[in-house]
Amino acid sequence: MRTPIAYFLVLSSILFAIGTVGVLVRKNALIIFMSVELQLNAVNLTLVAFSRMHNSLDGQVLAFFSMVVAAAEVVVGLAIIVSVYRRIRSVNVDDAEALRG
Amino acid sequence: MQADLILFWVFAPISIASGIAMLLMRNAVHSALFLIVNFFCLAIFYLILGAPFLFAVQIIVYAGAIMVLFLFVIMLLGVDGREDLRERRLIAQRPLAVLLGLGFVLEVFFAVHGAIGFSRHAPAGFGKVNEGGNTQALARVLFQKYFFPFEVTSILLIIAAIAAMVLAQRKARAVTQAEMEAHNAALEPAVVSSRPIA
Repeated sequence: MRTPIAYFLVLSSILFAIGTVGVLVRKNALIIFMSVELQLNAVNLTLVAFSRMHNSLDGQVLAFFSMVVAAAEVVVGLAIIVSVYRRIRSVNVDDAEALRG
Repeated sequence: MQADLILFWVFAPISIASGIAMLLMRNAVHSALFLIVNFFCLAIFYLILGAPFLFAVQIIVYAGAIMVLFLFVIMLLGVDGREDLRERRLIAQRPLAVLLGLGFVLEVFFAVHGAIGFSRHAPAGFGKVNEGGNTQALARVLFQKYFFPFEVTSILLIIAAIAAMVLAQRKARAVTQAEMEAHNAALEPAVVSSRPIA
């Protein structure tokens, strides 16, 4: 493999930054959630790149766990978004401003 | 031939562009589709980095299952494209967010530059780690060294499934004991009066 490991790390930092900006800028709860997924994937790429750099499979196992946890997180998060939508009829996070249910 | 370097330079711009496109799209469905493109690019990077199992899992779990779930919820809620992007809460939040993102990228760039440098290649001998195939090697590590976390993960998935059912079900309003008694009391005379008097 001729690609330097650092390329993958910088690429993943760019993807993570895009995800962060998405979380901070967008108002649609679903798109905010997708941005969080992008951040998780960027970190997964870092884990796999370090796994290759250290000639060890531990990073790949950790990335695998992270995918499983992300799947569980998506299921619960989307259920929360659906139940919030039922109550306030909107997925705009600015509309969910009351703490009481 | 540096096939992996060519693959990297082909797919890295695509992944960044699709990420930015996901950010800029007004329509949530378009955002989701661009995110799928991004996940496919990441799957290619896993392949370059010698992780064919994660390549498959990335496509099946992320691009397949998770994004289909996302699209399903977007369709279910019928989200329209009219997202209100006005800044109502914090002034200059968006420029600050972009600045923060750029700062983060620069920070990682210099950290990586100082720590491992941009000419360091992956060491040889990854084939020996992956002996018998990446999936088999990963299974050996997963079921020997990480067996307990693996089992905990299965519990987590069950909890997530139950939580999703509890959160998303449409609840019938719970009837309190007092309401039930009032209901019965209101019903009682009618029942009694309808009985023929012997």
